[in-house]
Amino acid sequence: MFFRFSHSLSMKIKERVIKSILALSAFISIVTTLAIIGVLGRESFTFFLTVPVTDFLFGTHWEPLLEPKSFGILPLMAGTLLIVIGSGMIALPVGLLTAIYLSEYASNRTREIIKPILEILAGIPTVVYGYFALTFITPVIRIVLPQTQIFNGLSASIVVGIMILPMVASLCDDAIRSVPVTLRQGGYALGATPYELTKSVTVPAAFSGIIASFVLAISRAFGETMAVTLAAGATPNLTLNPLESIQTMTAYIVQVSLGDTPAGGIEYQTIFAVGGLLFIITLIMNIAANWIMNHYREVYE
Amino acid sequence: MNNFNLNSAKRKKNERIFKYLCQLFTWMSLLILLVLIYHVSIQGLHYLNLDFLNNYPSRFPDKAGIKSALWGSTWLISLVFILSVPIGVASAIYLEEYEKKGRLARLIEINIANLAGVPSIVYGILGLTIFVRFFALDRSLIAGALTMSLLVLPVIIIAAREALRAVPQSIRHGAYALGATQWQTIYHHVLPASLPGILTGVILAMSRAIGETAPLIMIGALTYVAFIPESVMDPFSTLPIQIFNWASRPQAAFEEVAAAGIIVLLLVLLTMNATAVLIRNYAQRKYRW
Repeated sequence: MFFRFSHSLSMKIKERVIKSILALSAFISIVTTLAIIGVLGRESFTFFLTVPVTDFLFGTHWEPLLEPKSFGILPLMAGTLLIVIGSGMIALPVGLLTAIYLSEYASNRTREIIKPILEILAGIPTVVYGYFALTFITPVIRIVLPQTQIFNGLSASIVVGIMILPMVASLCDDAIRSVPVTLRQGGYALGATPYELTKSVTVPAAFSGIIASFVLAISRAFGETMAVTLAAGATPNLTLNPLESIQTMTAYIVQVSLGDTPAGGIEYQTIFAVGGLLFIITLIMNIAANWIMNHYREVYE
Repeated sequence: MNNFNLNSAKRKKNERIFKYLCQLFTWMSLLILLVLIYHVSIQGLHYLNLDFLNNYPSRFPDKAGIKSALWGSTWLISLVFILSVPIGVASAIYLEEYEKKGRLARLIEINIANLAGVPSIVYGILGLTIFVRFFALDRSLIAGALTMSLLVLPVIIIAAREALRAVPQSIRHGAYALGATQWQTIYHHVLPASLPGILTGVILAMSRAIGETAPLIMIGALTYVAFIPESVMDPFSTLPIQIFNWASRPQAAFEEVAAAGIIVLLLVLLTMNATAVLIRNYAQRKYRW
């Protein structure tokens, strides 16, 4: 008999080698994370040797490129929050209602139309949305409210809202559709209308999934760059007036990198401090969203 | 005593209002898409011709073209494909087939989920520090491609894992039962069966890479490039960067040139996504478990 029951030695070695190569690839993602933390941490550290952390976090003036320099992040933070809140006010309710319509009312035919449209909206590059805000939404706003500045937070908020809407809608749709069908049938058996069912059964049951999708969408709005760079302006402005020109943290980073700031200077280090803060904020939100989602999965499986 | 009214007009009215509200908001996304496409077409169509595709950028709107950006994007996307797909698929295979459970796998999984949520501009800062400055690759295509590869890796890994997971366990058991090793099972059976799903994910990742702007601006991709890159060490421009440059100029004419650029970019994306849909449909016909 030439039939062997165990694999030959060379085959075993080959298996080992292949497994190691695959493992090595998987480690690249860990290395990437460490590199991000290392790069941001190292330059931010040098930055904070010159500028006290409290001045950075609580200072109300951001003028790192002009003398006298001041490094208070609050104006950039206010600009970012304006966009986040504005876009959230649009995307979260509209996204949730879209998801409810898709899962509760829409026929299969409607779903087949709406779902791809949401995918297309999600796939349009952000620079296109920025262009749309600058050349369409802003002029429309200026017809209604003539005092609006050419660059303003409102237009950018609307467009960022449109950008994150598909994400909210599809994640909420997933959450609502994973509510056990027995709960739904129970509700209808008790004579509830679809609205009553949504209000008191499906939405509460899918609540953690919905919240997780909100958190993810808000984290996306925090990090959105090109649309706000094009439409919101480059004026660090401690205001919550959506009609004025503002600057977000991301837009500031772009502004510095478009200029000729030499490496090593304090101006150059600011992008790492601002980027670091942005990274920490989005990381916390992503971890929170994942935690909420996993927590929720345990309840229903 | 009984204040529970089974068929009150109010309940019916609430129901109708809510339904119409949902319906209104849902169809709004279609309206937005139509308005966007209409606006861009009105603005840009008359600049869109063969000259536009064949000219280099120019100070004069009439002579401005998108040739270098189109070639830059093609180069970039090819490099990103070569760099990110093998690593992404290999990672997915490792995580899904070898290291399915356990602390390490869990750690890598959380890590990848978080990487997928890191703002793209942060990848730009990473690329600027590591590739442009530390490895002294300068503002070259390869620096851009490496940065962009790190950005799309999580997308590819997540999509490839889903595709691998969709292959029924019985396929693997069948191969093992015939004496195949784990790698033979994966290479000859699992991977071919999951290939359409992986390809769909890869195309989506590539369309993300084509549209990304912020990381490339960070690493200093140029907006004025009057030549076609000839090697991976050449400076470059891409479609979205060229569009950004035109859109941020004050002259109204460049606004229209930008719109023409957007039409080109959207057509490229449309082609890629249509391919993804075709592959998905083909796969649904070919593999039925």
